[in-house]
Amino acid sequence: MADEMKTPLIEVRNLKEYFDINMGLFKTKPLKAVDDVSFFINKGETLGLVGESGCGKTTVGRTLLHLYKPTGGEILYNGKPIVTKADIREFRKKATMVFQDPYSSLNPRMTVSDIIGEPLDVHKMYKTKEERRDMILELMGQVGLNSEHASRYAHEFSGGQRQRIGIARALAMKPDFIVCDEPVSALDVSIQAQVINMFDELQEKMGLTYLFIAHDLLVVRHISDRIAVMYLGKMVELADAEEIYNHPLHPYSKALISAVPIPDPNIARANQRIPLGGDIPSPLNAPSGCPFRTRCPYATEACAAEMPEFREVSKGHYVACHNLEKIN
Amino acid sequence: MALLEVKDLHTSFFTDAGEVKAVNGVSFNLDRGRVLGIVGESGSGKSVTAYSIMQILASTGKIVSGSVKIDGQELVGAGERVMRTVRGNRISIIFQDPMTSLNPTYTIGHQLMEAILLHTDRDKKQAYDRAVEMLRLVNINEPEKRMKQYPHEFSGGMRQRIVIAMALACEPDILIADEPTTALDVTIQAQILELMGSLQKELGMAIIMITHDLGVVAQMCDEVIVMYAGSICEQGTADEIFYNPSHEYTKGLMRSIPTVNTMGEKLKPIAGTPIDLLNMPAGCPFAPRCEAAMKICLRQRPAKMIINDDHHASCWMNVKEEKALGLVEKENKEGEESNG
Repeated sequence: MADEMKTPLIEVRNLKEYFDINMGLFKTKPLKAVDDVSFFINKGETLGLVGESGCGKTTVGRTLLHLYKPTGGEILYNGKPIVTKADIREFRKKATMVFQDPYSSLNPRMTVSDIIGEPLDVHKMYKTKEERRDMILELMGQVGLNSEHASRYAHEFSGGQRQRIGIARALAMKPDFIVCDEPVSALDVSIQAQVINMFDELQEKMGLTYLFIAHDLLVVRHISDRIAVMYLGKMVELADAEEIYNHPLHPYSKALISAVPIPDPNIARANQRIPLGGDIPSPLNAPSGCPFRTRCPYATEACAAEMPEFREVSKGHYVACHNLEKIN
Repeated sequence: MALLEVKDLHTSFFTDAGEVKAVNGVSFNLDRGRVLGIVGESGSGKSVTAYSIMQILASTGKIVSGSVKIDGQELVGAGERVMRTVRGNRISIIFQDPMTSLNPTYTIGHQLMEAILLHTDRDKKQAYDRAVEMLRLVNINEPEKRMKQYPHEFSGGMRQRIVIAMALACEPDILIADEPTTALDVTIQAQILELMGSLQKELGMAIIMITHDLGVVAQMCDEVIVMYAGSICEQGTADEIFYNPSHEYTKGLMRSIPTVNTMGEKLKPIAGTPIDLLNMPAGCPFAPRCEAAMKICLRQRPAKMIINDDHHASCWMNVKEEKALGLVEKENKEGEESNG
């Protein structure tokens, strides 16, 4: 296929992000928040990233934008690795982020127009004050805010409108790529749908590429072309959205998808949930080998000995599991 | 007689900005062993309804009028002494954040036994046994060892299970669960919901499940109340609400959730933002956001209309009687004239 020849917009190779945790005087221990993760995102595509709290999905998004310095691995933008400070500065013009909490991600002492205009100021994108104002008003129009909102402060807005302000700020540099870190999970259902539709429309209009991080699997499935599942710093499965929903292969993906409460009583009552005992282990004491083995009903000795390879089992469907044949 | 009867409950918060009518004429009955879901968005009054039943409102909040009866005993105006015998013994509540109910400076065992010693006439030894039994019931491994541990030594899912154990230790007739799984991960949520479902069947208590997640409601509830701006807009069995929604707000909510059928399509969100409770309109509170709003919706609040025995909705779209239809037409016409 012609698509395969194209360079992906974003490519991540063996990304590692370890945080040093203080364990007492002069002693530190690495917390492997992201451990050897590889994936790519094509232009105009939405990659959904799901997993439970502490699995490292937010860290992937932040490290990708060099908000954290990667401990290891490579990040490529349009085929070019991002290494130097100048690379990072250029990359940040084209890659931005929308945060989860619309309450803490907007400075309460800045007006809406200053919040949206800040990236323009940083990257010196205008010559005159009029130009700056026009750019801000255009951005506000794109996310459905009125021009009279420009001089107000963030606290005067509802959660949904605040998230619109955050999105306008992310759009200010006319980016190619946006990391959306749980952008709708703080919103009420009816408002959530408005914001999801806006992400869809902006993508169509501006050809945007998204990394959409969320824990709500129904939302991720709706918005994503492909979905990646993470567990304890590792990527365990990656496939087309429909494929992963209908034929999940990894035992963790299976349990995760079966655990989603479906808003339809007949389906919900008949749904056979795959019970998962226990909790996610602390990433400070991650199990050896496959991180999921302590909760996995199919775990064998091989799982404790070695992390299974993240391999392509059918076209575009990657899984990391030793016992695929036995399980499926 | 229903186990719990709530009738025309009005609760307001008296703030500097004015009276906020958080709960505005809520009525429902709950029978023994049933699971009732209350859904609505933030600010719809679902939690305040629960806090009014328990009478644990913030100091600015007050039950203005209405009645709450448990087994026929009136609770509104009954006084703090009576409420103390009700809370924990008859009705228990668990919250979204389990640390709301747990004291970080005492062991789990101490806190579990405290509730049992306070509400029953068990002695210390019996209370200890009961606490261990409860921990075992909510699937905490090695309960004797766990009794000596502090809340910070448990994960979020385990804390929520401990709070459930604490709430059920005195065998209440009703458990109110206020967004019990919202802060938890999906697989842990599944564990907790499973646990609540099996405990409900085993102990035969009634549950009021307050949530914004229609998926949780579909899985857990026999009956559903949908709230908007402090009022009940629709009420019925789970099947009726999900398969035959009759209030425009409920329909809008259902259309807002991504499902299998919305793949590759736009969602159909409800336009606008929730209403400001300080400035309630004269008519239906949902009318300003409602696509199907008629003139009468802006002028007059719809009464409870019966869809069938198991289902009613407060929406002018459901008027069937001739007399009422005449009123709707007349109001619509007058509205047009006064606007024209």
